Amino acid sequence: MSALETETGAVVAERTVHLTREALVRYAGASGDFNPIHYRDDVAARVGLPGVLAHGMLTMGLAVETLVPWLGDAGRIAEYGVRFTRPVVVDAADGADVHVVATVVAASDGFAQIDLTVTQGDTTVLGKARVRVRTD
Amino acid sequence: MPVDPELVGRPFPRTEPYLVGREKVREFARAVFASDPSHTDPAAARALGYPDVVAPPTFAMVVQDLTLQQLLAAPDTGIVLERLIHAEQRFRYTRPIVAGDELTAQLSITGLRPFGKGAMVTSEAEITDAAGAHVVTATSVLLVGGEDA
Repeated sequence: MSALETETGAVVAERTVHLTREALVRYAGASGDFNPIHYRDDVAARVGLPGVLAHGMLTMGLAVETLVPWLGDAGRIAEYGVRFTRPVVVDAADGADVHVVATVVAASDGFAQIDLTVTQGDTTVLGKARVRVRTD
Repeated sequence: MPVDPELVGRPFPRTEPYLVGREKVREFARAVFASDPSHTDPAAARALGYPDVVAPPTFAMVVQDLTLQQLLAAPDTGIVLERLIHAEQRFRYTRPIVAGDELTAQLSITGLRPFGKGAMVTSEAEITDAAGAHVVTATSVLLVGGEDA
């Protein structure tokens, strides 16, 4: 496989994913996480949430998948970590848009560090979202 | 009940084998809006040198979840689902998970410190294949609320 071009500061991947309640139910089924705060307004309200929330692991999963086509091989990913800083509220009618930007922040010795900026509107929803990838 | 201070080092059995199915990988890939053909097309995966479709990176959570279920089911841990917040998640990969893998996970609690009225618990799952080779280590940092939280 050819080496990746990893110029520091370069945005290497970017996309907006539109989440709907259907997307949350689909992720619940695929992952096995059936916590009702991810599809029931009444339960979300009862536990004091601002609304039905996307699974943090759905946001984490779609964020890194933004990067995989550029990598060309998911096997290049050596490490991936995030902090769940703010929940993504998914409106029943309007859904929610999650925007992902992947930027190279460092590269050396066959590895690059790529930061993922993951936002809903002006709010950053994942903190310290970092991917360490093999570049050789 | 507060979180058991002896939880670090408590022994847990390895999970039962989880057989990764091709259709499960495709289903998960669609759920995380994955567009790369290696997740859905066996020929695309084989072109990269993998025996079958490649699971998205966070699919490891499905296997790690078996260990979190162990933790929640264990007696006298002081950890209950209703007072749990998933604060951080990390994965460290030796190789990606692929369809056909038979995976087991070894749970260990590697960190525990007081946090407000509750505790911050680091739960690690070392996931290995049928040959016993390391595939991925999945680490969750969990905030466990106190009684009044």
